[in-house]
Amino acid sequence: MSGHVVAAVDEIPPGTRKLVEVEGRAIVVFNLGGDFFALTNRCPHRGGSLYHGIQTGLVQSKEPGEYCYSRPGEMVKCPWHGWEFDIRTGKSWCDPGRVRVRQYPVSVRQGTELVEGPYVAESFPVRVENNYVVVEA
Amino acid sequence: MNIELRQPDVAQKSRLKIIDVDIHPKSSVEDLRPYLSNRWWDHLHTYGSRQRQGFLKGFPYPKSQPQASRRDSWPPGGGLPASDLDFMKKQYLDFYPIEYAIMNPLSPTGQGDQNDEFSAAMAFAANEFQIEGWNRRDSRLLASVVVPYEDGEASRTEIRRRAGDRRFAHVLLRSRTCELMGKKRYWPIYEAAIEAGLPVGVHVFGTSGRPASNTGWPSFYIEDMTEHAACCQAQVVSLITEGVFERYPELKIVMIEAGFGWMPSLGWRLDKTWKRLKDEVPHLRKAPSEYLRQHIWVSTQPMEEAEEPEHLIDMMDWVGWDHIMFSTDYPHWDFDDPFVALPPTLDDKRRAQIFSGNARALYRLD
Repeated sequence: MSGHVVAAVDEIPPGTRKLVEVEGRAIVVFNLGGDFFALTNRCPHRGGSLYHGIQTGLVQSKEPGEYCYSRPGEMVKCPWHGWEFDIRTGKSWCDPGRVRVRQYPVSVRQGTELVEGPYVAESFPVRVENNYVVVEA
Repeated sequence: MNIELRQPDVAQKSRLKIIDVDIHPKSSVEDLRPYLSNRWWDHLHTYGSRQRQGFLKGFPYPKSQPQASRRDSWPPGGGLPASDLDFMKKQYLDFYPIEYAIMNPLSPTGQGDQNDEFSAAMAFAANEFQIEGWNRRDSRLLASVVVPYEDGEASRTEIRRRAGDRRFAHVLLRSRTCELMGKKRYWPIYEAAIEAGLPVGVHVFGTSGRPASNTGWPSFYIEDMTEHAACCQAQVVSLITEGVFERYPELKIVMIEAGFGWMPSLGWRLDKTWKRLKDEVPHLRKAPSEYLRQHIWVSTQPMEEAEEPEHLIDMMDWVGWDHIMFSTDYPHWDFDDPFVALPPTLDDKRRAQIFSGNARALYRLD
């Protein structure tokens, strides 16, 4: 694994995502309220592009007649068959033990670190004064 | 590996050919305008359609995605999913090795409308547009003979109009008809289809005027989706027990988007009961399951997903390896991707039968 600079932090404001390619792999980078997460852009069920899915909340029910809606925007729903994945863990909501999307470690680094470190900027120049999203893949 | 990188490679190198028996290119009522008389155009705009359901607009059951479509299927240039041929080529027709794809238009087609004459006029227009709007622009897109199925004689007229035109693959009905499909009112459709040498495709959905269940209106989309298996069982039982296949031994029915996991248990149940009730249906000359396996073809999507893949293979074995045809349902949300949809343990021969061989034989596509 090596670190890849995939975007400037400003490019992926909270609540949005960006589709990037790292060494031939399509990866979606999500910003959940300032925390960044990266998932492979392939639903483990039948291969739908998660980048094209909607982000939704978690609906749970302890018993019929009661429901709890939490974590708005933290689940991504496959655009094909609607499988839901927890963006924070990559685990599927309906079968978390067995089905998960591959997740990549993400960090935010300062430009000063990157220009000298062992990082690869995919498609743009890195400036020292900015912060960048780095995916380990 | 990423699917985006793998697939064009596979599509180019593999000798795999696909005949997809269920896709849904979208037309608008404006598209049908050139093929509707002024009388029916005015009627459409003055009175609208009269579906057999309580809601004048929209569907009797909810959908889970807009237009029930893949969220990545909306053309970048605007318009509804599968309304733009160029984008459809890029995402589907050229992306996969599609040799032919059978169009099963669902709306606007006038099918199931309360007004029989309007239904017939809309069916005619829908058929014209399939040829002029789609097949002429890409000959891989084969048409269905949309018929105003609640009016048997009008349906016969439309089928005869298309007889001999090889751009039409089958006659198209929807599964939720006003009465059970074995009833006499639908026989002209079967007679005309045989006369024209066409199978009869029954695509799930439609509005019968009755709840999808036989005991009241369901609450959820998941019930609507699941109930198709029950509806199609009732239709198949009706076709068999009314003696339709005895009257019309050449009749071939394709159940489209209905799954097939229900077929073995239906066959067993029918046969068991038939042994005790033979004198009620003396016109049946063989066990009901024999009619089922002889006259019914199925499309794959949406296949049941068994916990044990071998169970799916067992069910396919019961249905018959020569009666299962591949379908994607493009652009709908429950689309099956040809590269991953079939059980990996299927051998090459069966895979080839399902992907194209069976459809090639049934639709005489050589």
